[in-house]
This record gives sequence, C-alpha cells and structure tokens, in this order.
Amino acid sequence: MRDVAIVSFAQHASRREESRNEIEILLPVVREALAPTGLTSQDMGFTISGSSDYLAGQAFAFVQALDAVGPWPPISESHVEMDGAFALYEAWVRLQHGDIDTALVYCFGKSSPGDVARVLSLQLEPYVLGPLWPDAVSLAALQARALLDAGQVTEKDLARVVARSRRNALGNPYAQLRGEYDEASLLEEPLYADPLRMHDCPPVSDGAAVMVLAAGDRARELSEHPVWIRGIDHRIDIQAPGSRDLTTSPSTRLAGQKAGVTKDIDIAELHAPFSHQELILTDALGLDETTTTINPSGGALASNPVMVAGLVRIGEAAMRLQAGEGHRAVAHATSGPLLQQNLVCVLEGQS
Amino acid sequence: MEFAYTRSTGPVVGAFLTGLRDRKVLGAKDSTGRTVVPPPEYDASSAAPIEASTLVEVGQEGTVTSWSWNPVPRLGNPFDVPFAWALVRLDGADTSLLHALDAPRDTITTGMRVKVRWAAETVGFINDIACFEPVAS
Amino acid sequence: MTEPITGIVTPIRLDYRYTPGASTSQFLRSIKEGKLVGRRCPRCSKVYLPPRGGCPMCGVEFAEEVAIKNTGTMVTFAVVNVNFANRAVDLPYVTAEVAFDGTDTTTMVLLKGVAPEEARMGMRVKAHWLPESEWDYSLVNIDYVEPIDEPDADFESFKELL
Repeated sequence: MRDVAIVSFAQHASRREESRNEIEILLPVVREALAPTGLTSQDMGFTISGSSDYLAGQAFAFVQALDAVGPWPPISESHVEMDGAFALYEAWVRLQHGDIDTALVYCFGKSSPGDVARVLSLQLEPYVLGPLWPDAVSLAALQARALLDAGQVTEKDLARVVARSRRNALGNPYAQLRGEYDEASLLEEPLYADPLRMHDCPPVSDGAAVMVLAAGDRARELSEHPVWIRGIDHRIDIQAPGSRDLTTSPSTRLAGQKAGVTKDIDIAELHAPFSHQELILTDALGLDETTTTINPSGGALASNPVMVAGLVRIGEAAMRLQAGEGHRAVAHATSGPLLQQNLVCVLEGQS
Repeated sequence: MEFAYTRSTGPVVGAFLTGLRDRKVLGAKDSTGRTVVPPPEYDASSAAPIEASTLVEVGQEGTVTSWSWNPVPRLGNPFDVPFAWALVRLDGADTSLLHALDAPRDTITTGMRVKVRWAAETVGFINDIACFEPVAS
Repeated sequence: MTEPITGIVTPIRLDYRYTPGASTSQFLRSIKEGKLVGRRCPRCSKVYLPPRGGCPMCGVEFAEEVAIKNTGTMVTFAVVNVNFANRAVDLPYVTAEVAFDGTDTTTMVLLKGVAPEEARMGMRVKAHWLPESEWDYSLVNIDYVEPIDEPDADFESFKELL
C-alpha cells in the first residue's frame, strides 16, 4: 500500500444559500483548498466529486458542477452519487495504482431547494417501501425508538449529545447551529417526530467541501503537516430497515476493525445526522468518551450539508491533527437510510 | 420534477405483490431459518436466490417492534394528516414490515397488537395494505 | 384478474425552489427588461450567454457584465420534421444555434422568415422579441430570430463555436 495523506482541506460555511448556485458555492472553496498546495486543478492526477442529482433537482447536475474546477483541457475525473467521503475512497484507491501522486476530491449539496427529508426517500427500495414515501426524519425516529426501547440509552443521553454538539460548534465557524444548552431544558422541549425532538434532528444545510490528497513524498513536498490515512474501509448492512437490528451498526463495527480503529484515538468525527445515531456509532467503534474527544466540530447535528457532511468529518479530523490537537483520529461517514453504509478511516498526524 | 417509473418486479417481489392483491402477506424462508417479510430476492446470508414458489403466507396480525410519529405528512404518504409509522412483526415472521399505523398517538406502544387493514380495492401494490390498525382488545 | 403481477408504476414527484445563482439571476432580470447581458471570464476573456456560475473552461468566477446585441450569426441549425409534445409550431421548422454579437457561446432559438431549405450556416440573423407586455424571466422572450440583409459570416469567424 502507498501512504496517502490529506494535504489540504476547505469547506463552505453551511447555511441556507438563497442566492448562490452550486457552482458559485464551490468555486471559492476549490480555490481555498488548492491555494496552500500551489497546484491548480490541471495539475491533479485525478479529480472526483460526490453529489446527488435528486438533491439538485437536475439530471447530471454533477457534470455542471465540473465548471467549478476548470476541466479544460480535459482532466481525468470521476463521480459518485454519494457523500464526498466515498469519493475520497475512490481517490485513495486510484492513488494506490501508483501512476499518479495527487487527487482532488470535492463534493457539494444544496438541501434547501427541495424537501430534503422527502428527497432522501428515493434512496429506499423502490418496490414496497419507497411508494409509501417514509421521510428520513420519520425513519430516524423509528431507529431512535428501537434504541430507547432496548434500554441501551435514555432520552437524557440524546440530550447530552445535542448539548455537546452545540457547545463544540461554538468553536467551529463553519457550523450552523451552536450555543450553550443544558440537558434539562432540552428535554423540556416538545417531541417532534416522537420520540425525537427537533434538536435531535439536523438543520437543513447547503454546503461544499474540497480536499487535496497526495501520496508519499509528494505529500511531504506539498504540506509541512500532511495527515496520513492509515486505514480506510467501508461496509454495508441489509437495506430493508425492518430486516435488521436498528440498534446496532455491524457495518460500522467491521469497517472500524478493518480500518484499524484502536483504543488510542484522540479525536473522533462521526457522521451522525441524528443524536441517537452518534451513540450507535460510538458503541460500534468501541470509543470511550473519557479518552476520545467526540465530534469536536459539533458534527452533523450542527451542520448537515447532505453529500458533504461525511467528507467534512474527515476534513475536520485531519485539520485538528494538523493543528496538533491530537496524534490519531477516526473519521466516519455514512450513506443510505439509517446508517446502512458506513466508511471509517483512521488518520495520523506527523510522527 | 416528475417521473412515472415503470418497474419490472421480478418473480419474488411480483409474488409478494400478487399476494397482496389476493389479501395475503407472503414471506421468504431464509437460510438461517428466519421468515423474512417483505421477501428479499436473494438470501442475505448465503446470497442464494429466493425461489418465488417457496414463499409462505404469514399472519395478518402482528406486534409493533418500533414506531414513530410523523408530524409532517407528505405527498405519497398513506395519510394526509399527522400519523404513526410502525415496524410490525407479523405473526409467523421474524422481521418487520414498515407501514402506517392508524391509531391515536397516546395509545401506541411498542409491543401492541395490530392487524392489516386492507384497501377497499387491491391491485397488487404496497398500498393494498391501507395501514395497520389496533387489534380490538 | 388472476394474472401474477410482473410490473408496477411508481410515480415520483419532487418540488424544488431553484436558485439560479448570482450571474444567471442577473441575466434573467435583464432579459425581463428586454436586454441580453452576458459575463466575461477574467482569464480567457470569453463571454458567456447565459452565464451560469463561472467560466466552465477555466474554473474561475466571472468578471464584468457585457451587453449583448440583438443581432448574431447562426452557426448551425437543424430542420425539424417530427413534432414534439407541446410544440405549437408548424412543421417543418428550423431550430438554430445563434451566437449573438458580443458572445462566445451559442443560444438555441427558432429561425423564422426563411424557408428551411434556404437556411445556411453563417447566416446573419436578428432577434424578434415577444411584445413587451409578455416579457418574463426567460429566454422565451426571444420568440425567434429572422434573417437580416447582411452578407453571411465567414466560416473561420465562427468555426470555434461548432
């Protein structure tokens, strides 16, 4: 295996974007990510994006978004109809081929133009589940209830996750929801999608994120503090929500084992759009909150640009290692309904 | 944006939907001995194809294994007023089927007994099950 | 009905409140007032009509707005002999790709005022707008283009647009 590192990362400050389109959101983020490397998109060995046409409401929206990277003369590029974290996986595999040394990964998503919870119904099996149009919030609430009924967690645990997310987001200029909240007052708020409260659900966010990867010595040339991807793996569970145990995430557990998650993790960035999902993931990865800082960015509960929030977890973890906040981090990204598919990567700063 | 996708069901989903049209709920026996409803096309453990001819009928009453309240009914949902979603393990099945549950929110509990309410006319679609409703106690 | 089910129809419908973006919004506001406004790329100097987010060749934001003329060159065209749904135009008709003077891109528009067999690449044309009372935030405001009495443009002058 070739050593591959994150040498640069940039993200858009998530919010509802009323005036700019996807390309206009992406352009400055691409520029910001490239700047410290001194490279242009034409210098990249490989370029790949992650996005969803259903989110954009346009067929082949990802082709239009290529405008933002300046694809002329023609570049070597690819696309996944998934979160940018899965685009990163393809880039990592591409770098393993050995014939190129750099890759540009970008992702974008505007959740605000449509009803994102309903758009996400389209990722369900389309024969006997999709036609009922269960939205993403209702489905998450079914999972939360299963977890609460199993006695593994309490509503207080959910409130604790939310309070920590909002508190941590105070230090994250890219987050959307932040502030000091105490668990007791959170629990006084009314139920929304019973058993979830509004604050257990993510905000509607428009966003974009861009990352530059480089292999081996090229990474050391491009950055004084490359963050190395020490392990990366993704796994998938059965898609029918009623055919699996919603209270656990075997795919996360396995991906974590394969990626090399160990006890000595300083920082974990977990892609949990709903509060209870962070608890499922923490358990699946065997993380201990007394020794690992969980979601120091505030996580997807603080800002959830769909198709972007997973790559942001990896970028956030990497930037914190680069800043010396820890030595070893785990980053996680999810795709599909109710944590169906999960990617885990282990990152290390300079040793 | 609007599309009407015409989908081939394949033998297993087709048999399940044909069953609904006949007011029966069918499941598949998988290689671990579980009865899976709705039936998958391939066994999740062995990846062997499920034969449509081996589907078995399960009960039309069952137990709520989880439920949630949908405060914002949306186009395509079974109801146009706030309603509950439920995962229901039908008697004889080992997995749960997702559908709407027509019951007042404060009466719903995990573990409650419910039954299929059939649509007035059944055509071979998941909405042939109009929803679940509580079993009168 | 006893035949087994082999197919179903699953309609999907999604509603969006679409944001055209800053430069396209400016274009749409202008066309509502009867003006064509493009944008220039600061790197390659090409002028786009309508402009989207940025120059698709260079990957940079657009710079200044550029007023575009109502006259242009038909760089290519197609004669349509088969009708499409909702198209209320007599067959056959000519659909043209026109580079309006001042742009480096082409716009698809209907050609009228000439028999289809007389349409030529390089033909000089002029936009015929709908009555002002019907102007909307749309390119449809240009009802069609029609030939003007000018010599055809030289092929070399528009071959890059093909």
